[in-house]
Amino acid sequence: MARYLLGRLLQVAVVVVLVATITFFLIHLAPGDPFAEAVANPDVTEKVRAHWREAYGLDRPLPEQYVKYVASIARGDLGWSFSAQRPVADELRDKLPNTMFLMALALLGSFAVGIGAAVLQVMKPGSLTDRVIGGLSLFLFSLPEFWLALMMIFLAYRFPIFHIPIGGMIDSTAHSSLGLGGRIADVARHAVLPVATLTLILSAVVARYQRAALLDVLPAEYVKTARAKGVPERTIVRHHALRNALLPTISLFGLAFPALLTGAVYVEKVFSWPGMGQVIINSIGSRDYPLLMASVIVGSIVVALGSLLADLLYMVADPRLAYDR
Amino acid sequence: MIAEPSHAIPSRGTIARRLLANRSAVAAIALLLVIVILCAAAPLFAPYDPIAQPDIIRGKDLPPSALHPFGTDGYSRDVLSRVLYGGRLSLSVALVATLVSITLGTAYGAVAGYAGGIVESVMMRILDALLSIPRLLVLIAIFATWNDLHAKAFVIIVGLTGWYSLSRIVRGEVLAIKGEEFVMSARALGAGRTRILLRHILPNVLTPIIVAAALGVGHVILLEAGLSYLGVGLQPPTPSWGNIIQDVSATQVATVWWLAFFPGMAIILTVMAFNVLGDALREALEPRGMRT
Repeated sequence: MARYLLGRLLQVAVVVVLVATITFFLIHLAPGDPFAEAVANPDVTEKVRAHWREAYGLDRPLPEQYVKYVASIARGDLGWSFSAQRPVADELRDKLPNTMFLMALALLGSFAVGIGAAVLQVMKPGSLTDRVIGGLSLFLFSLPEFWLALMMIFLAYRFPIFHIPIGGMIDSTAHSSLGLGGRIADVARHAVLPVATLTLILSAVVARYQRAALLDVLPAEYVKTARAKGVPERTIVRHHALRNALLPTISLFGLAFPALLTGAVYVEKVFSWPGMGQVIINSIGSRDYPLLMASVIVGSIVVALGSLLADLLYMVADPRLAYDR
Repeated sequence: MIAEPSHAIPSRGTIARRLLANRSAVAAIALLLVIVILCAAAPLFAPYDPIAQPDIIRGKDLPPSALHPFGTDGYSRDVLSRVLYGGRLSLSVALVATLVSITLGTAYGAVAGYAGGIVESVMMRILDALLSIPRLLVLIAIFATWNDLHAKAFVIIVGLTGWYSLSRIVRGEVLAIKGEEFVMSARALGAGRTRILLRHILPNVLTPIIVAAALGVGHVILLEAGLSYLGVGLQPPTPSWGNIIQDVSATQVATVWWLAFFPGMAIILTVMAFNVLGDALREALEPRGMRT
């Protein structure tokens, strides 16, 4: 078990180095650099630009820059963000928790909603409930995240019943004057639409997956036995089938991380939520290489750790696997 | 795991009959046909030139009307025409990119599964690493740095990053079939490795490949839409379903909703149809109960 864990952690490290290498060479082989953008400003002479390149080490040969980059990452130094004018690590430390907050809420919400929906569906496969929920999850499964986010804004704007905010994370004018409770409520109100968007999309995935898993175990012998003994269908689904059908859903937990991170990029852009997605999009615009690279690397760490977490959960849920490994 | 004869694929007639018996599959195929015809023959159906900006002052941001069923955008361009022409680009990008991924994924998986031993372990470890790379982030990094890439390069790069999960499935199937008697008898008759792979093994692993192709097209349509929406995908003024919506900011959507709504519905209907088709194909090729 300990050996397995160690092996998996090593795998995470390999993936991170791989992603770092890919992004490094991609970005540095690409035409243009951050200071070429200063072309728009005629006051910046070529001499000044050359000076900047030298100051940031961009004039050195590529392999040298690569070695330097890897060495500094290993020391935990992610470099200097041109656009934020502060260390990349500081910028990410501020923004990563905001994304994790969205992801955690959406993860909990979507598994609760998705599993619940699937249980409702298989109570009576082929029924109207089954078909309506199935159609709805197919629709949600097939739509682009950013489109749903835009439609959420449209609806919130057209039907301003609860005055749900449609952008940002806090009310910039009132937030600082609020008490602790008021501040929490302020963030919660701003989180409603982004979390709802992510939750709806992921719960459709969970529901489709869980329904199939439930239908796979329903023909099992122990289900037939329970039916023969006169156990009501509702109890069979909830107590006999669901427990066994949850196992494949736990592995979906690992796959949910990349999906959530992807969703967060779009959702944060649309709702101006100050998280990793926002950082990535802004760093594209400003050609802020160190920030973009670090964000992609941090993103892959989140994804890799998520799948490791799913593996561990799987072993807790099914101790037979822990012995095998 | 015991290899079972259930790997034998049903005949083409059986598949067609099962598909046609599935009402949602028939609806999906019909819908796809309509969409493909409308988009392929866009010059015939589109009421206006998708790029022309006839009246940028009075003709911009017009709501849907009889003249402009989907309204006009901020440059007075007709949204319906843009959606039809955009579908040409989005659909062909998705089809070709999927073709690239399917080919790569099948080849890689088949070689790994058939080779076995150390070659297979190394190939699978590489695959594990590739699978854990967040695809969207890497694609964003690529397209953000190499901006203004031609659509052809876009297609190839998207295709190159989409084959990993299929490889895994194909490798598993090849592994299961490799030991079956008909493969052994082919080998006994002196068939070469390439011949065995292409003639005896691959036709029997078509099921997951076809299903992955159908689902893959839908997935790439969403991916293209997302990347183009972020501004790092297919570049305007040539419309694609994603970059039509790119022009709509969060503050505008409340007023010019049609600009986001209609291209979005085109994406959703197409992707839904591909997903239904993928599910139906899986059922037709491998009905429930026969699955091991």
